[in-house]
Amino acid sequence: MLDDVDRRLLRHWQSDASLSPAELAERVGITSGKAARRLTRMQEIGVIEGISAVIDWAALGYAVEVSLRITLDKTQARAFDDFIEAARAVPEVTEIQTFLGRVDVRLNIIARDMPHYQDIYRRRVLTLPHIADIEALMQIAQIKDEEALPL
Amino acid sequence: MIDLDDLDRALLRALARDATQSAGSLGRRLGLSQPATWRRIRKLETAGILRGRRLRLNAEKLGFGVTVFLGVKLATKGRVSLEDFERAVSAIPEVQRVEHILGLYDYRLRVVARDLPDFERVLRRRIMTLPGVGEVEANVLLSEERRAGPIA
Repeated sequence: MLDDVDRRLLRHWQSDASLSPAELAERVGITSGKAARRLTRMQEIGVIEGISAVIDWAALGYAVEVSLRITLDKTQARAFDDFIEAARAVPEVTEIQTFLGRVDVRLNIIARDMPHYQDIYRRRVLTLPHIADIEALMQIAQIKDEEALPL
Repeated sequence: MIDLDDLDRALLRALARDATQSAGSLGRRLGLSQPATWRRIRKLETAGILRGRRLRLNAEKLGFGVTVFLGVKLATKGRVSLEDFERAVSAIPEVQRVEHILGLYDYRLRVVARDLPDFERVLRRRIMTLPGVGEVEANVLLSEERRAGPIA
């Protein structure tokens, strides 16, 4: 489906998403017309989903980031659906993941400071439906976060 | 720290969805002139709120069918250097995210692999052999959604 040139384009674009198609073409050593056609094709088949601006929450005053690992009461048939629907309504939730393993759901939560986090935790998190258990992991530092694929 | 108004927040939401939109077309949608939109984007960049761009790829279509979140405990705290562990773990191509955390585990890793046998290879050959690594807990990702966060 993808050849070596496609992969090289993706590798370069992944490491610097601000590159223009012309700059990408130059790095890969093909004409910019060829690069543009390949990129368009990869968008059409859904390999490339898009380019997002990265928001630095700390710069916006959100100094606290907590990963909440949640076990749900699975005797409730709608536990996952109800929980996820309610979690979507909490603005400070930036990621919702479901898992196969000891943890059922993970919420990534950001807050301005510890009192703000405590307020969100008490008023918005503990009131979410069908929670059996919660573990909190507080983030100290982000060491690697590009989320690149090993192409 | 700068105070954001509703237009700034709308700009951030739009750019988080698609960072390739021009100031002109963003401005038209928000009822701003092209120069005014451009000035606001510059302001958000200068304040460090807009921190670059990220290419979103479909992992599954590129042959990466498995994502696993690992909780890692260091076995010999105090004797192994955190910098050594962090350098070694960050150098593994399949490790997409490394977070130093406080709680049950010391580090949280996001690992991508082609399939479960490939994940097992990464776990055994690369993760379990890291300096100081102790207990490891794995949870296989089933679904994921990214939310806009508190700018909605």
